[in-house]
Amino acid sequence: MTDITALSAEATIPQKTRIELALRKPGFLVGALIIGVSAMLALMPGVFAPYDPNLIDYVAVKQPPSWAHPFGTDMLGRDSLSRVIFAYTVNMQMAILATVFAMTIGVIVGALVGYYRGVADMVFGRVVDAVITFPFLVLVISVVAVLGPGLINMYIAITLVGWVYYARLMRAEVIAQMGNDYAGAGIVMGYSDRRIIFRHLLPNAITPVIVYWMTDMALAILLGSSLGYLGLGAQPPQAEWGVLIAEGRNFITTAWWLSLMPGIAIVLTGLGFSLLGDGLADLLRPRG
Amino acid sequence: MSDTQPILEVENLCTTFTRGGVALPAVRDVSFNVGKGEVLGLVGESGSGKSVTLRSILGLSRRYGDVTGSVKWMGQDIAQMPERKLRHIRGRDIAMIFQEPMTSLNPLLTVGLQLTETLKAHTDMGRAARRDRAIEMLDHVGIPAAASRLNEYPHQFSGGMRQRVMIAIALAASPKLLLADEPTTALDVTIQAQILDLILSLADELEMGVILVTHDLGVVAQTCKKAAVMYAGRIVEQGDVRQVLRAPRHPYTVGLMRSVPQDVPPRSQLYTVPGTPPSLEALPQGCAFAPRCQGRTEGCLVARPPLATIAQGRSVACFNPVTDAQGAAA
Amino acid sequence: MAIIQYTLKRLLLMIPTFFLVMIIIFLLVRFLPGDPAIAIAGDRASDADLAAIRERLGLNQPLLVQFWLFVTNTLQGDLGRSILMRAPVTDIIYDRLPTTIFLTVYAVSLSLLIAGPLAFVAALNRNKWPDAVIRTVFQVGLSMPVFYIGLILLTFLAAQLRWFPVGGYGDTFIERLHHLFLPAVTVALYTSAIIMRNLRSAIIEVLDAEYVQFARAKGLPDRLVLGRHVLRNALISTVTLLGLSIGNLMSGTLVTETVFAVPGVGRLMLEAIFARDYPLIQGLTLTFAVLVSVVFLLTDLFQSTLDPRMRLT
Repeated sequence: MTDITALSAEATIPQKTRIELALRKPGFLVGALIIGVSAMLALMPGVFAPYDPNLIDYVAVKQPPSWAHPFGTDMLGRDSLSRVIFAYTVNMQMAILATVFAMTIGVIVGALVGYYRGVADMVFGRVVDAVITFPFLVLVISVVAVLGPGLINMYIAITLVGWVYYARLMRAEVIAQMGNDYAGAGIVMGYSDRRIIFRHLLPNAITPVIVYWMTDMALAILLGSSLGYLGLGAQPPQAEWGVLIAEGRNFITTAWWLSLMPGIAIVLTGLGFSLLGDGLADLLRPRG
Repeated sequence: MSDTQPILEVENLCTTFTRGGVALPAVRDVSFNVGKGEVLGLVGESGSGKSVTLRSILGLSRRYGDVTGSVKWMGQDIAQMPERKLRHIRGRDIAMIFQEPMTSLNPLLTVGLQLTETLKAHTDMGRAARRDRAIEMLDHVGIPAAASRLNEYPHQFSGGMRQRVMIAIALAASPKLLLADEPTTALDVTIQAQILDLILSLADELEMGVILVTHDLGVVAQTCKKAAVMYAGRIVEQGDVRQVLRAPRHPYTVGLMRSVPQDVPPRSQLYTVPGTPPSLEALPQGCAFAPRCQGRTEGCLVARPPLATIAQGRSVACFNPVTDAQGAAA
Repeated sequence: MAIIQYTLKRLLLMIPTFFLVMIIIFLLVRFLPGDPAIAIAGDRASDADLAAIRERLGLNQPLLVQFWLFVTNTLQGDLGRSILMRAPVTDIIYDRLPTTIFLTVYAVSLSLLIAGPLAFVAALNRNKWPDAVIRTVFQVGLSMPVFYIGLILLTFLAAQLRWFPVGGYGDTFIERLHHLFLPAVTVALYTSAIIMRNLRSAIIEVLDAEYVQFARAKGLPDRLVLGRHVLRNALISTVTLLGLSIGNLMSGTLVTETVFAVPGVGRLMLEAIFARDYPLIQGLTLTFAVLVSVVFLLTDLFQSTLDPRMRLT
C-alpha cells in the first residue's frame, strides 16, 4: 500500500458508516432485491404463477408468448411462465442444499486440522491435492453415476466434493488467526481446546467463508441446472431451469422461448447472489 | 531565504483525495522555496502530508486526487503540465527516492535494467555507455563488485544496499533536485547514518538541492539548512533550521522537540505530545492542533491562524506563539 | 539446471497425490451399481461365460489385489477395454484427447485476447463509466451457465445465420479453428470473466505499488511503465489463477463438447457415464486428473521463470 492510499480513512470508518456505504452501492441493493423476490417466488410459487405448472393442454401446444401465456407454452401445452416460477422452489433450494452441508463439514474439519495440525493436517493436505486434481464437474458426475441421477444424489455428490474447498479456506484462516494474540492468550488462560476453537477462532475466521458461500450459492445454481440439463440432476417432469432448457432444446428453432426464458431466470438469480456476495464482502471485510 | 534564485517554488499547493464520497484534504496551502544546492527538511508525524507534498510536486498524486496551486521548476509551472511533458522533468531534473527500499524496486527486473532504463529515457547514451554509467553509479553509492551485481535481482540485496541502489537510480541522470521521502526510516539504525551521509555528500558534490522528508528532528538538525514543520496537511512553522530548532514558535514544534530524548536522566518517562493527530475527514474548525495544544484559547477553536511571517524567512501559524522563555522552560 | 531439478522435485511430490487419486478412482468405479461382467457379456450370457469374464478382469480377487492390478496395469498404459466402444480404453482416449486439448488451448487464447485489453481499460479507468460497463457485462457473463451460452450461440450463429458449422471437427488446422470457434467462444466467455475480474484488480494493485510510482518518478514513458512494470507483475497472478482454474475450464469444456457434439474426451465422459462403461469412466477420470496436474506443473514452471524470487526455492 502506498502512502497515498494509506491516507484513506477507511480503517477508521465506523461500522455504521460502512453499512451506509454498502447500502449506497447500487449493486448490493439490486442483488438484495433480486434474491428477495426470488425467495418469495420460491416459497409461494402458487401465489404468483398464473397456471398449474403441470396442466397439460394439447390444444395450446408450443404457443408463442402472448397476454394469456407471457412466456408461451411448451410441447405439452403447459404454461412456461408457471413452470419457470415453480422451478424457483427447486433451484433456490439448490443454492442452499448444495452448499450448506459442504460448508458445515468444511468449517468443522478446516478448524480442527488448522488448530491441531500434525498428522491429520498432513493427510488433509494430500486429500486436498488429490481432490483439486479432478475437475469439479468430473468428480461430481462420477459420484452421481455411482448413486444414480436425481436431486438428492446430486446434493450428496456436490457435498462430497465441495466440503474440501470450504475446509481449505477455513484451515488457512484459522492458522492466520492463531498468529493473533488472543488465541495465544486463550491457551495461556487454560481454556479448553473446544472453547478456543468454537468461541474464539471460529467467529473470527468465518468471514471469508461466508463471502465464499455467497459466490458458491451462485455456482450451485449454475452447477445444478447444468446437471439438470445433462440429465443427471432433477428429472422431468420436475420443473427445473436446466431441465426446462433441455426440454426446449429440440424445438429451439420453432419455439425459442422454451429455452430462453428459464435461462434468464438462471442468469438473474446467479447475478443476484454474486452482487449480494460482493456487497457482503465489502461489509464484512475489516478494511476496504 | 536563500541568496540565490530558487530552483523550485511551491505556492498554495493543495491536494485532496476523495474516499467513499468524503473529501480528504491531505495537503493544504503549502508554500516553500528550494534554492540551488539547498537542503530543506520537511518534518511532521506520519499522515501530516509530507509524502503527499513530495508526490504532488512530481505530479504523482494527480491520478489519485485533485491537485491545485502552482509548482514552479526553474520558473516554469509544472503542476498542470501534461504527463507527456512532465516525464522529461521527472528523473532528469527532479528525482525522487522512496521510503521502502523493499517495495520500491520492481522484484521481477534486474537492478541493471532498472538503472539503465532511466538513462535510456533521459539521455541518448548507447547500450555500452549506459552499462558503464550504471556500474559507475553503483560503485559511487558504495556497492562493492558493482559490475557483477548488475544482473542480480532486488531480493538478492539487503535493505541498506537496496536503498543505495535506489539512490543510484535516482541520481543516474544527474538531477538538480532530489526529493527524499523518509529515505532512512525503514533501515537499521547503523545503516541510517551511512545512507544520510551518502545523500548529503552526493548532493554537495553534484550541487543538488534536496527536500528531505522525515519525522526525525535530529536528522533535520544535522543536515538541513531550512526546515518546515507540517501538521494535518499544513505548514505550521518554517524558517532557518537553527532558528526553528533553537527558538520554536509553534507549540507543535515545541512538542516535537520535547519528544526527542536529549540528556534525559535514565529511567525517566519520555515525553509525547498528548492526543493524536485529527483524522483528515473531520478536521476541527479552528486550528487543527488546538485540541492537543496546552496554550489554546477560545479563538483557536473558532478560527484557523494563518501562516504569518514573523521575521526574515521565518513564519509561524499560531495565535499565541511560544516565547523564548516558554520554549526554554519546555 | 535449476529448472530441471525443480521439475523433478515437483514430479516426486506428485507421487503420493496420484496414489490417492488412483484410490479415489478405484473406489468410485467399484461402487458403480450393476455387474460389469453382465454389462460386457449381455443379459443372456451363461454363468460360465460370466465367471470367465470375472476371472479375466480379476473381479473375483480380493479388493487389494484388484487395486494392485489396476495400478500396475495403468502404469503399463493398459486401462482395459471399453464396454461401449469395444476397443482398448487407451486407444479411444488417445484418439479423442487432441480435440479436447485443442479446444481448451483455443478457449484460453480467446479468453486472454478478450479479457487482457478490457482489464487494462477497466483498471486505468477505475470507477469511471468504462470500468462500470465492462464489469457489469462480465458480471452477467459469469452468471450464465456454459450450456446456456452454447445453446444460444449454436441456435443463432450456427443454425439460423449459418456462419458456423453446427457440428463436426474439420481436418485442417484452419478448418478446426472455424469448426471449434463457437465451442471455444462458449468456454472463453466464462473463463474471460474470471480472468477479467482478477487481472483488473491485479493491475490496480500493481499500479498503486511503490515500484510503479518509482518507475513513474524516474520519468519513464507510459508505454514502459505499463508494459514493463505493470503488465509483467499483473500477469503472474493471472497465470496462476488461470492454472488453478483449469479444473473449472475442463468442466466447462465437458459441457460445451456435449452441447456442440464435439468428439472430445468431455463428451465421451458423459457417454461413458450413461452407459456405465466403467473401464472407460476409470480411464477418463484418470486422464482428466493427469491433464490438470500437468497444467499445475506448467503454471509453476511459468511462474518460476517469470519471478526470480521463486527460482531458488
